[in-house]
Amino acid sequence: MKFFHLIWGNLNRRKLRTSLTLLSILVAFVLFGFLCAIKQALVGGVELAGVDRLIVRHKVSIIQLLPESYQTRMERIPGVAAAAHQTWFGGIYQDPKNFFMQCPVVPEQFMAMFPEFRLPPEQMKAWLATRTGAIVGRNTADRFKWKVGDKVPIMSPIWLRKTWEFDIVGIFEGEKKGTDTTSMFFRYDYFDEARKAQNWGTGQVGWYTIRVKDPAQAANVAKLVDQEFENSPAETKTEPEGAFAQGFANQVGNIAFIVAGILGAVFFTILLVTGSTMSQAVRERIGELGVLKAIGFTNGQVLGLVLAESCLLTMLGGGLGLALAWLMTARGDPTGGMLPMFFFPVRDVLIGLGLSVALGVITGMLPAQQAMRLRVADALRRM
Amino acid sequence: MNTLLNWFSQIGSIAKFGLMSIPQRRGSVAATVIGIAGVVLVFVGVLSIAAGFRRAMANSGSADAAIILRSGSDSEMVSGFGRNETRIIADTPGIARNAAGPLASAELFVIINLPKRSTGTDANVPLRGVEGAATAVRDNLKIAEGRMFEWGKNEVIVGAGAAREFSGLEVGGTVKVGRESWPVVGVFAANGGVAESEIWTDAKVLQAAYHRGDSFQSVYARLNSAGAFQQFKDALTSNPQLSVKVLRQSEHYAAQSEGMTRLITTLGFIIAFLMAIGAVFGALNTMYSAVAARTREIATLRALGFGSGAVVIALMIESLVLALLGGAAGAALAYLAFNNFHAATMNWQSFSQVAFAFAVTPQLLVQGIVWATLIGLLGGLLPAIRAARQPIAAALREL
Amino acid sequence: MSDPILKAGALVRVDGVEKIFHRGSEDIHVLSNLTLQVPAGEFLALMGPSGSGKSTLLNLIGGLDRPTKGTVEVAGDRIDTLSDRQLAAWRARHIGFVFQLYNLMPVLTAERNVELPLLLTSLTKAQRQKHVETALAMVGLSHRAKHYPRTLSGGEQQRVGIARGIVTDPTLLLCDEPTGDLDRKAGDEILNLLQALNREHGKTIIMVTHDPHASARAARTVHLTKGRLTSEAVQ
Repeated sequence: MKFFHLIWGNLNRRKLRTSLTLLSILVAFVLFGFLCAIKQALVGGVELAGVDRLIVRHKVSIIQLLPESYQTRMERIPGVAAAAHQTWFGGIYQDPKNFFMQCPVVPEQFMAMFPEFRLPPEQMKAWLATRTGAIVGRNTADRFKWKVGDKVPIMSPIWLRKTWEFDIVGIFEGEKKGTDTTSMFFRYDYFDEARKAQNWGTGQVGWYTIRVKDPAQAANVAKLVDQEFENSPAETKTEPEGAFAQGFANQVGNIAFIVAGILGAVFFTILLVTGSTMSQAVRERIGELGVLKAIGFTNGQVLGLVLAESCLLTMLGGGLGLALAWLMTARGDPTGGMLPMFFFPVRDVLIGLGLSVALGVITGMLPAQQAMRLRVADALRRM
Repeated sequence: MNTLLNWFSQIGSIAKFGLMSIPQRRGSVAATVIGIAGVVLVFVGVLSIAAGFRRAMANSGSADAAIILRSGSDSEMVSGFGRNETRIIADTPGIARNAAGPLASAELFVIINLPKRSTGTDANVPLRGVEGAATAVRDNLKIAEGRMFEWGKNEVIVGAGAAREFSGLEVGGTVKVGRESWPVVGVFAANGGVAESEIWTDAKVLQAAYHRGDSFQSVYARLNSAGAFQQFKDALTSNPQLSVKVLRQSEHYAAQSEGMTRLITTLGFIIAFLMAIGAVFGALNTMYSAVAARTREIATLRALGFGSGAVVIALMIESLVLALLGGAAGAALAYLAFNNFHAATMNWQSFSQVAFAFAVTPQLLVQGIVWATLIGLLGGLLPAIRAARQPIAAALREL
Repeated sequence: MSDPILKAGALVRVDGVEKIFHRGSEDIHVLSNLTLQVPAGEFLALMGPSGSGKSTLLNLIGGLDRPTKGTVEVAGDRIDTLSDRQLAAWRARHIGFVFQLYNLMPVLTAERNVELPLLLTSLTKAQRQKHVETALAMVGLSHRAKHYPRTLSGGEQQRVGIARGIVTDPTLLLCDEPTGDLDRKAGDEILNLLQALNREHGKTIIMVTHDPHASARAARTVHLTKGRLTSEAVQ
């Protein structure tokens, strides 16, 4: 653009002031990226939920177990394509702080239900061949530096109150960026046999995941499932996976609201800082703007110049801030494993870029209008 | 002495001129003050969440209150005792006694689902079965509304926090327990502690409803004195009939909240730190432009004989005053907006809701003002030095 | 060389012009019933004490302001009737300004300053550069093209100002106290330059000044006192 020299030159007029304003904007956008990653970590589960999957749990309480025999009954319900169960193992690896989920599952039906967990075929074969075998997600494997072939001791205070030993036969990756790869899954047959030593829980599982044939029928199928088990000793509550995740997220708190609140405060502050800078910049240059008008720049062109200047500033600061946030979040979870995922979603990066443009327009608008309305003769006198 | 007074009056004059020129620069001054207020507001706000959460978890537990769990359990949920074991524990020396017997309450709890008032979606609430000494073994527990439930009956009392968070939990309402509905006969308060997020009933009644036989998960006890704790613990851990873990209630709750508190505090500090950096840049901006706008004025003062040192200090005072204004405004706003704001979040040890209130503590307010002061000092230092170092003659000529 | 005064038609016609400024409740008559004609190719000096309205008259001729009453016609255009947008475009095509305080953009180099008026045209970058080089050569500052104003002397800055004023080959060059801020020597150089532009290149120049030495270089001087033309002298 041929006016670039003028716009860039003006920004460089007061290098210090421009840099400071730029840095403020940069910091605000780093914060934006960081908060978006946190929000994603806490509510991302909702988006990644399978649209064709339902969760079936005990109606009274999530910690109550359901009979294993429910599986065949559920698979007979019209609209249900398949069912798979999981059970909360609640194990501790070395220290309660090293928390991650472990569940006994039936390998083939489980992996078919959750295609987002990618396991190499030879590792799957090894799992089917090893009774004490377990597969672990990439996140946790890297966290504790486990490799295929390692023996891992997990102490369960719920089941048998002893340390169980598992053989790592596979490490699974997530299909998408946000797929949770913090969990560990081992074989249900090994688990069920071993727990016969205690006098409760045998033949019972924690919860089921059902795949429906037609996602549009999800709500109806859910009702049918609950009807099937009404008036039995273990009544069920069935809901789509997304709704379950949402309910969970709601329990953690109104995250979206809090994050939006903080960001609102931050951007309001930045708006003031940048707006103040732009106003000063224009006020100092009234004479020069008068000269431009004298030479023949129209009101519209002068408005455009000032807006271009403020937008260049905010987009530069915003772009750099977003890039920095991207790099920082790529380093992973700052809480050391407490969050199921931690990344800066591309969608939010784009929103950030849009915000930087909006910031430029808003902060530049008032000074730009002042510049536009200048009467040339007055302005020249103030040079 | 004279020169010292003289010096002070120099600083005073320069600072006064500076503060008097604020109306001319009110745009950029307002921006800085509001910016710093914003930083303090967010800082105090976010950390008040952690403070409130910690307070709710820690509020339960004076030094002579103990909790006994099965060894190897780090939460009640995974702990388990039979009736015999709870009797042995209750009879152990060290536990205070009253006319009814030892002040020990063997307890168990289940998680039930109830709809939250705020979202309408279901959330988890602990339903706890207690014994007669339950109110005595905890601090600050009293019935706020209605009455205590009758022992042996299918009745419940609800904590004030739970009543606030969940629909249907007021005196006269009902709670769905399995297929039955039990009436709510009272609301109890526990000074904001974790018990307020629970629903209570008779342990025997709960055991029957959930087919728990005669098993419990924990024993809450009141000791003779805080000093009796160690002896009590030793007696229990050395008893071959038992396999237990003995904690002061305060330690137990601290451990429970540790994860969440750590998460929020870490995040809060990162956010506040980033905001503060932004605010420092903003403050630097304001002060630099303030200095630039008054170049001739400051140079004139120096030409007249005011010392450079006085100029620096006066400018820093000006920056500090603005920062403190912003800090005080932010702190006051944070207190008004956030203190005692009720919220609830997930207690990861019990997977249920714990109600708490944001706590804007005096420490937080002080910390907020300290941040504001730091920002003011950093923002004022470099510009002040620059102002004092400018060659006077050149500055006088500048328009 | 052809005598500029004999060129056909008046380039500038100011007829019965009045200019009133409103300061609060007061009305200040800066110009009263002013009529003036400037033929093409003339070098005219406007003289008068401060407050006499000479800068205001210059602004009216340059399309920077509109008269309260009367008409202003330049190169056949009735500029008192044009809208702000039209005036801007008109100025870009017809007028070059030279200011007392040079009014260069401190953030641009000399050649970028000279290029400014050309940004409003549709010339390509290469074409613009050519015009800039020509203008700088005419004022003798080709060797300072890449310097910033702060590294140029007052006289050099004003020469850049003149180069900017002529780079679009305007119909009219308007100078408001061009030597007011310069010492005698630098001022003389500027006046030499203006005279050369007028005599060798036929540029019509109207110069406001309070310095008799400067006005002596012009072909004709008109005097203003309290907003009225009081005398005229041809030299």
